[in-house]
Parts: sequence; structure tokens; C-alpha cells
Amino acid sequence: MAKENPNSSIDLSERAPLLKKLVADILEEAVKLGASAAEVSASEDVGLSVTVRKGELETVEFNQDRGFGITLYFGQRKGSASTSDSSPEVIARTVQAAANIARYTQEDACNGLAKPELMPEALVDLDLYHPWNTDAQAAEALALACEAAGLNHDSRIKNSDGAQVSVQQSSRVYGNSHGFIGHYLSTRHGMSCVLIAEDDNGMQRDHWYTTARDPSLLETPEAVGKEAGRRSVARLSPRKVPTGHFPVLFCPQMSSGLVSHFLGAISGGSLYRNASFLMDSLGSSVMSDHLSLEEEPHLPKQIGSAGFDSDGVATRDKAFVTGGIVASYVLSNYSARRLGLETTGNAGGVFNVTLKGNEKPFAELLKTMGGGLYVTELMGQGVNGVTGDYSRGATGFWVENGELAYPVEGVTIASNLKDMLLDIQYLGDDFDLRGNIRTPSVLVGEMTVASN
Amino acid sequence: MSDLLEEVQRNLWAPAEIDEREVEKLLGRLSNGAIDFGELFFQHQRAESWTLEDEIVREGSFSVDRGVGVRAVSGEKTGFAYTEEISLSALMSATEAARSIARQGQNRRVAASHPVQAERIYPMGDPIDSLSEEAKVALLQRVDRAARAEDPRVKEVTVRLSASHESMLVVATDGTLGADMRPLVRMDVSVIVEHNGRRERGFAGGGGRSPLSRVADDDFAMGLASEAVRTALVNLEAEPSPAGAMTVVLGPGWPGVLLHEAVGHGLEGDFNRKGTSAFANRIGEQVASPLCTVVDDGSIHGRRGSLSLDDEGTVSQETVLIENGILCGYLQDKLNARLMNTQSTGNGRRQSYAYLPMPRMTNTFMRAGKHDPEEIIASVKKGIYAVNFGGGQVDITSGQFVFSMTEAYLIENGRVTRPVKGATLIGSGPEVMTRISMVGNDLKLDEGVGVCGKDGQSIPVGVGQPTLKIDEVTVGGTQA
Repeated sequence: MAKENPNSSIDLSERAPLLKKLVADILEEAVKLGASAAEVSASEDVGLSVTVRKGELETVEFNQDRGFGITLYFGQRKGSASTSDSSPEVIARTVQAAANIARYTQEDACNGLAKPELMPEALVDLDLYHPWNTDAQAAEALALACEAAGLNHDSRIKNSDGAQVSVQQSSRVYGNSHGFIGHYLSTRHGMSCVLIAEDDNGMQRDHWYTTARDPSLLETPEAVGKEAGRRSVARLSPRKVPTGHFPVLFCPQMSSGLVSHFLGAISGGSLYRNASFLMDSLGSSVMSDHLSLEEEPHLPKQIGSAGFDSDGVATRDKAFVTGGIVASYVLSNYSARRLGLETTGNAGGVFNVTLKGNEKPFAELLKTMGGGLYVTELMGQGVNGVTGDYSRGATGFWVENGELAYPVEGVTIASNLKDMLLDIQYLGDDFDLRGNIRTPSVLVGEMTVASN
Repeated sequence: MSDLLEEVQRNLWAPAEIDEREVEKLLGRLSNGAIDFGELFFQHQRAESWTLEDEIVREGSFSVDRGVGVRAVSGEKTGFAYTEEISLSALMSATEAARSIARQGQNRRVAASHPVQAERIYPMGDPIDSLSEEAKVALLQRVDRAARAEDPRVKEVTVRLSASHESMLVVATDGTLGADMRPLVRMDVSVIVEHNGRRERGFAGGGGRSPLSRVADDDFAMGLASEAVRTALVNLEAEPSPAGAMTVVLGPGWPGVLLHEAVGHGLEGDFNRKGTSAFANRIGEQVASPLCTVVDDGSIHGRRGSLSLDDEGTVSQETVLIENGILCGYLQDKLNARLMNTQSTGNGRRQSYAYLPMPRMTNTFMRAGKHDPEEIIASVKKGIYAVNFGGGQVDITSGQFVFSMTEAYLIENGRVTRPVKGATLIGSGPEVMTRISMVGNDLKLDEGVGVCGKDGQSIPVGVGQPTLKIDEVTVGGTQA
């Protein structure tokens, strides 16, 4: 470990003007080729990740990525191209490739840039850039401490799939031929641990992680390791349960999936393709009436924060659901035009969405539930976005008399998302704020649980 | 092989004015005292795709990526760095970063490199240039019209045509000098049908390592259109699926995703070296019914999961994983093979130069058995006949796996009766495999749409199987 991290000397903020100039140059090139409009996105990332396993260093990975994506419009026809190579000749060839594609695509009346007045006039500082001045050795020491805390947590923890520390910086530029060029820098750091517990009935794995823009907000290595250990041990000696209809409680990490299926169903791409179980749902009641779903793109330091979307349109606070009723779809400029609506500033997705409603402390939630399945992990892709049919593999705990009774594996839970969303009875107060979709535990009144 | 090697060297090295001498020097730097193995992986990839939606070809995109991944291995430790810039100075700094895991030492002599000889199992040419843009656009429009002509209930049709070409060259301190050019093409057709207010989706896709002529062939392309519409119409009639443990007959071909999830991942060398797989330390044991022989074979001509040589330069081979129910082998890359005292099986794969290679599947399938498929269905009093699946997932430690049916029927008194809605099947790999009680004589490989994800890396794979009967597996329907 004699070498210093060669990437630690790179500060993306210093290179940002270069990236912005490159975007401006590409836009100029596009205009020269006769494009009536153009948009360019560019990104640069540098980082380091260190993995240890069973007390030894396992991998040190340095990453350094650059990418350019270019879309040219010739009237209502468009072509796109991208490259990781920033040499002038390759960039020129890439712009040419996009122009060539646009000669063969067909006219689409909905194509084009968003209106210039929708772009942000000034960018708010979202406080997303907090470089972590650490090197491979320091990262290794943290990962070792994390894994050790987990391995020492319980004698039934017999093996490890490792602990990892990662340090990332990223720089993003979006520009278009309206003259808008937006740029922001961000960082994202994290630590995770995967442990394997074993008893006479076999092995079980589970994990825990922490992630933050600002390294000072990460959980301690000991807390991450211990939680990974606690979770793995809790899964040992799972039992089977009866097949039948039961209440199902989703933990915060799994309930965010329900919200993301919902957001998929009200997003423009699904709606204009007639591929949603929530067609024409604007203004209709689709969730229990105590629920709302709010988007706050400008929260400082959050993972989902952004000042503009991937069309360059300014993001803004709004509700997708109020009192169980759909208040807004999730639209990009293109999908909005397809539906005859205005963009919601959600090209590329949503930005910090939080589910709110009738909350109860977790212990009370279990009491209210009485019996049923508490789901801590879901497996597979058994969700049909067109019909809402839902059937997935689940792992978790059986709830009896208002308390967690024993671990469960090898079961499926099934229903239809339309019914499930209307049957959300209570929320927990245990919000997971690490991700872009921020949810607490969610109690669904009844689903089919199948087991053998 | 040698003209292929020269062409790849010309593509990847010449623009940066790099030659064998410089690459040898870099390997020398990588091979200092404490490093057991060092490797440079050069890659150039072009990709193009066209999408038709709403009866117009509204999107086309092209991408080009190139770069070099540099790896240094010392015992169980790996140092890795990469660069998108193929230049001597960028390679030097990536090399220094990768070797930083080991203390400085004397440079050792690197084994003399010898070109890897591999059979060519797909054509070298770039499929993007194998069909004109006009022909690509016209093909998408023909497929769209064919799908709409199938049935008036078809409301939406999306057709996507993709082609890519990868040139790779790997040099390593163990003397490996391997190169490959890999074409990959694919067409996907997705439809939405609507009747009496009920809507359903249908999908069909296929392709492989070939020029675009394979998917542009009218029989093939129109076949995808009618298959997509057929599956959507079946689902339009589907009733809620039953819930609970029951007998399931899986159709041939793509349902082989069962093997990929239930056994394939659990037999990858890394999980077994670390003892984290439910199959660890079980070589020689009965892990499946004696009717099951499961292989992984990357050397089949033109398949999506095939490779002449893997990303570490090891020639692809057929690896028997389970023979007559007995576990007999793991899938290995160089690192795990060395640490487990065995040989690489040619399964070292990576998503790109920017990722580390690991043991991965290629084409994984079960060999044919002796039963007539109709005889298998006739043997079931009550159960499910599942012929099409979405995807699957496995927890290799507990052995729990799932895969999701997208086209399934009830079997009642030995006859396939009504369609039922998609549902997830769940079970433990080692348990489910021992409950396979009949294996058909109708082995089929899938059409070429598989993508496998592991540790954030996606790669193309293939699966296959004959018709199979599983005596008991949990079906996640809604009808309890």
C-alpha cells in the first residue's frame, strides 16, 4: 500500500469549466451540421472503492468515467449518439453519427426541446458536493472496522461476503441550443457490509449500508457492521407458514418498491403507450385517503436532489398524490406533449419523493396488524405494470399476537397493485431517508400468501 | 486467429501508437515481486439501436466506447483501475494504481506471450454495417404492420432492433495473448392488446452473435410479431392463478431460466471458494434428481451466450455442472481457479473494461431426457403448465430462488385447459432440483434474449431445457 490513491488528487470542480466548454463546443458543431435544435449531456465521475473480506483487503478499484450524450433535431426528426471518448475527432464523429441517424428516423410532431422559459434562471446551491479526502488505506481501515463489528456481533456469524467503502465525485452538465447550460457537482459516499450466519438449519445472508452526500453524515462502521450481523442472525431457522389471505407489512426498504411501481404507472411513458394500470387516473382516488406523495427536489444534501431534469426543465416541489387522489402525473417534455399536457419537470425520473399518511410507531403497527407477514426482502420481477398484477417472492417474519414470532422464507405474496394501494391502512414512523423514494413501513390489509 | 489478432491490434493499439514492446513493459510493471497475476484488457465497442413506436421509427441511437482495464492480483487481493483513454501515459497511471495493492518489489520477467488459438464460432464482421439504414427502418415497419395485421385487438406495437460489435484484446503476465471480435444482434417486439376494457402486454424477442440477416429474415421477424400478439391474447383470457404448493410442468427453451437461478449462480466459483453458496463443498453429492444433467457451454455456434474465448483469454468449453444428479463442477475464472487449485473453465466474463471479471454463465441448459412432452402433461392430475417466463432471481446462500411465469395454463386430469395469470414460482434450488420427476426429449435453447446481472454487471447469456416436471413447487397466485 505504498502508492497514494492517484485519483485523490483529482478535484472535479477544477475540471468543470472544461466539461462545460466541451458541451458548448458540441452544441456549436451540431448547429454547423444544420441541426435545428440540439441537446447535450456530459458527465464525469471519479472514485474509489475498497472491499475487505474476513479481515483482509480484497479489492481496490479506482474508477474514472466520462460520457457524452448528444441528441440532434432536424425539424421533427431526431437522432442520438453517445461516447465515452472525449477526443475531438471521436466527438465530431459522434455528432455526425447522430445527424446520420436523424436522416432515417421519421417525423414525430412531439419531438423537440422544452420551452426556454421552463429552464431555471439561476441554479440553487443544493449542497451536494462534499469530497471525502480519504485514500485506499483509510478506506480499508474503515471497512475492516465495519466487518469486524459485524463478525463479532454474534457467534452464529460464520462467514462474510465482505465490507465495502466507496468514495465518489461526479460532475454533470446539460446544455441545449436554447443557450441553457446547467451544471452541478455532487458526491456520494457509502459503506456496506454483507454477513452470513449459520446454524443447524443452514446459512442466511443479510446486509446493511449507509450512504450520504457528506461523509460526516455516514453511520459509523460499527453501526453498519452490527446491523448487518443482527439482520443475518435474525433470519436463521426460517419456518413455513400456511397458505391463505393475511395482512402484509412491508419494511421501509421494501415499501419504496410499492411507491416506485405506482410512480411507474403514472409516468408519461407508461400512459401514452397504454401500458399502465392507472390510465386516466388524474383526479381519481387510487390510494387510501390518508396518503399523500410529495416531491421536494431542492432538499439540501439529499440523494435525489436536482435543480433541473434531463430536459433542462427546472424542478419544483409538488404532490403526485393528495388525500389518495392523483394530483400530478410524472411527465417529461416529450411524454407531456404526447398526452396533451405540460411537462412536470420529471424527465429522467422523480426527485426526493416522500410517502406521508397516518403514522404509528412500529410496535403499535404490529399490534394493529395482529397477525400476518412482515416482509423484509422481496425477490423477482413478478409485477405486471399493464394490469397491476403483483406476485413476488418474500422473506421476513411471521407476526402473531401483535409481535414478531419467527423468520419466514420461501413464500410468495400476491394481489393487484390497484387493490393494494387502496388497502394501505397505516404507515410506520420509521422512514428510510437514504434513497430517492422515502418511505416508512407500510401495512397492506390483505394479500395472498403462498407457501408449501 | 492470427489475422483476427492483427486486426484487433490494429484497431486498439495503432491509433494510440502502442505496440507489443510497450505492452510488455506495462506487464513488467504489473508483475513486481508480490503480484501473482497482472492483466490488461483492451476493448472497443460500437452499438446501435432503432425503435419504432406508434407506427413511426422515432428513435435511433449510436454509441462508441473504448478503454482499457488493468488488474493486478496478489493472493486474494485485487487492484483494479481503468481508463477510457488508450494512450501510453493513461495506461501507465492505471497500471500504477492497480499495482498499488502490493508492496514494491523487483520486477519479474513476464512469461512469453503466446496467442490463444480458439475456434471461430461467429462471424467477425460488424453487424451494424450488415444492413443499410433504409433496410433497418423498412424492417421495423414491416414487423409493426405484421403485428397489427394479426388481430384487431392490437393497440400498441413497439419494435426495437439492436446491434453491437465488440473488439477485445487481453494480455496477461501468464503469457496469455487473446483477441476476439464479437457481434451481437437482437430484435424485440412488444404489444399491448385491449378487449372489453381489459389490457395485456405480450412480448417476443430473439437474436444472437451473427449479422443482422438473422433477425431481418422475414420468417424470423414476422414470427416474433405473431408470437408477441399470441402471448398477449392468451393473457387477455387468463384467470387468477392458484396459490400454494403444486406440480408444475415447465415448457422447453426459455423456462431454462430455472437452471440459471436454481443451480447456475450457486455453482459459480467465487461463491464456492468463499463458502457462501448453498452448494459449497458438495462436489460428488446428489443435488438433483438422477434424471438431471446440467451443462454450461460457451462454445455453441452463434448463440447469445457464446464466446470463442472468455474475457480472460481462456477458450470456451462445455462444463458439466451436474451429471445424473451428482454435482461435478463449478464455473471458474482464473482468480478463483487458482485459489481453488483447479483450471479456469472459460467463464471469466466482465460487462466491459470498466469492471472486474468474475465467474459467469454462458449458455446453461439441461440435456434431454427420454419422455415425450405429451406423456409428461398426461401424467399430471392437477397442476400448472408454464411455457414462458419473465426473469428470476436467487439468494445463493439460502438457495431460495424465484422465477416469474408470463404464460401459464392449468393442467386438469392430464390435459392443458385454461390460461392463468402470471405468478412467481419460489423454491430452494437444491430441493426443487431433487423433485424433478420427468425430463422430456425435446431440448430447446432460448431465442436469445437473456441478460444476467451479478454485482452490478450485466452480460448476455443463454438458457435452455427440455420439458420438465417438478413434483412440488410453490406457486404464488392469488387463489388460496
